Amino acid sequence: MVEFRYRTDEVTEQPSVTLDAFLDQSNATAVRLEPDDDARALIPFLDRLTLIEVAFPKFRDGRGYSAARILREAGYQGELRAQGDVLVDQMAYMRRCGFDSFAPEASLNPDAVARALAFYDHAYQGAADSAVPIWKRRHG
Amino acid sequence: MYKYDNYDQAMVDARVAEFRDQINRRIAGEITEDQFKPLRLMNGLYLQLHAYMLRVAIPYGTLDSRQMRMLAHIARKYDRDYGHFTTRQNIQYNWIKLEDCADILEELATVEMHAIQTSGNCIRNISSDQYAGAAADEVTDPRPWAELLRQWSTFHPEFSYLPRKFKIAVIASSEDRAAMRLHDIGLELVRKDGELGARVFVGGGMGRTPMIAPEINPFVKADDLLSYLEACLRVYNRYGRRDNMYKARIKILIHEIGADEYRRQVAEEFAHVKTLGIDPPLAELERISAFFAPPAYNAADAEPDRNDPDFALWLDQNVKPHKQAGYAIVNISLKPIGGIPGDATSAQIDVMADLAEKYSFDELRVTHAQNIVLPYVAKRDLYAVWQALREAELADANLDLISDIIACPGLDYCSLANARSIPVAQKIATRFADMDRQRDLGELKLKISGCINACGHHHAGHIGILGVDKKGVENYQLTFGGSGAEDVSIGKIIGPGFDEDGVVDAVEKATEVYKALRKGDERFVDTYRRVGLEPFKEAIYG
Repeated sequence: MVEFRYRTDEVTEQPSVTLDAFLDQSNATAVRLEPDDDARALIPFLDRLTLIEVAFPKFRDGRGYSAARILREAGYQGELRAQGDVLVDQMAYMRRCGFDSFAPEASLNPDAVARALAFYDHAYQGAADSAVPIWKRRHG
Repeated sequence: MYKYDNYDQAMVDARVAEFRDQINRRIAGEITEDQFKPLRLMNGLYLQLHAYMLRVAIPYGTLDSRQMRMLAHIARKYDRDYGHFTTRQNIQYNWIKLEDCADILEELATVEMHAIQTSGNCIRNISSDQYAGAAADEVTDPRPWAELLRQWSTFHPEFSYLPRKFKIAVIASSEDRAAMRLHDIGLELVRKDGELGARVFVGGGMGRTPMIAPEINPFVKADDLLSYLEACLRVYNRYGRRDNMYKARIKILIHEIGADEYRRQVAEEFAHVKTLGIDPPLAELERISAFFAPPAYNAADAEPDRNDPDFALWLDQNVKPHKQAGYAIVNISLKPIGGIPGDATSAQIDVMADLAEKYSFDELRVTHAQNIVLPYVAKRDLYAVWQALREAELADANLDLISDIIACPGLDYCSLANARSIPVAQKIATRFADMDRQRDLGELKLKISGCINACGHHHAGHIGILGVDKKGVENYQLTFGGSGAEDVSIGKIIGPGFDEDGVVDAVEKATEVYKALRKGDERFVDTYRRVGLEPFKEAIYG
């Protein structure tokens, strides 16, 4: 279940299909990526996708962070959802990598999430969010 | 030295608040120990055999006297009055209480220090040459580059849940004092057609599968470097093995797909990443470099008076030439005979801070060999510095000699260890306590790890010792011929292992073989490489 969503458009109701199924029969508008799927396989189809769900079977497996950035760097504008073993303290990094909705397996304390997303005013490096890296602030 | 601006300070302050919140949620039971573990590790907090251990970052091993005094203060107030300097140029405290951690971090933040990413599967503290800024042979000062990398790697959103830990070293001399090619990424700064850039080596490391990093790119320009590293890391994050933690380091990925294929994938990723605008302008490197401008040298060239023989011994062994006439680099040995390698009491840490403030333009360095450096000492002050060090029992003249041992904490502290390291180091140092004997043996790098994870760098020892568990009994394997310097090589196991006293005897026999066979000014490792293992084996096992 989507517990946190940082978009204003409507939630896609269509269930997401696997990457293989999508590549076979590409009229679906929602896809689910497993950690070992190549996110770049979706690049030709980004315009017609409204939801890409990235699975995190274990929070320690960080491949989904690269998948998210790759999709945003390729211009994907639709919903990018982190699903699975998503924890409070991963969410700020996930937001920076371009995720804008979260479906954690175990429900999270919304106050703790709000605090976790608010600790840092700035970031050192550029990523997939709109944060202006500190070096850019220093040099205008 | 680098000084934080408001942005840097805000980042560290926010980290204190965040970690305090994480600890509170853990204590309240909102997160499990399994979930808390990577969070505390990314803040350098380990649960060891007897207590929590906190590892504090000393970026590229550089610190000032105010920071050094803070390290002494933390040892006194929160630990058992000592700290342990590590092979990643950091310091760790072995007896920390979880409930004190946030307060310790808050105190550290007041002197621009932290424990960020000193553990965990993320980019660790950037290490560098302890003689940076003072070495006569450097192309440029590597520290501004290391600081640039520190900032880039701090809270990196994509690379904080890597398959395994990731270590980067930066050097700028052909002499390698940082074991650069035994890192996940080693950077050697070089000049090409007048322009500075980095030779990039990827996939080195020690641990259970030691490997020397191959060169992946002969020259990456300064303003492409972060994009290039981002590409290196992204390929690793996506394709590094996650099925087996012992095969998860980047060296295994590169070994499995080959350096050429890895290089190709990185080049492809780099062509894309370079379009994202994530490289700071050269003006940022210049801004950082300004903090590392040479100090206001003001001493005339003068040779110290060598009348005191103990002082002369220390001069010859622990004091190194400086790029500035009239100055010298002072190495402070944390390897007293019979002591614990890398340990210093709070009083000793304070003495070193005072000496740095008075005699070394307020600067100190930590070395990967677990010693301390005063990088800018006027030659006219050397005698005074030595006297003060001797007073504090810090004047051992054994740099790079057989008693200058790197040793991990071993089974005395560490929950991963199979065997104790510290008692072996103490016994070897005691066996070779005689200074004439040590000096006669010359440069001999002896390194001890208490388990296969190789935190004591045994693979890179001219003589390496690896502690293993053999049916419940501590057993020690010997390796010869390793090096972490520019003649980098991985030591080879010489034969069956020994018990604690047996390994000390075997080391002694090896030194006798060396003495009998050495030619000219050959070091132990040179003789071993020339004559091979046989004569040593014969003497040790024969």
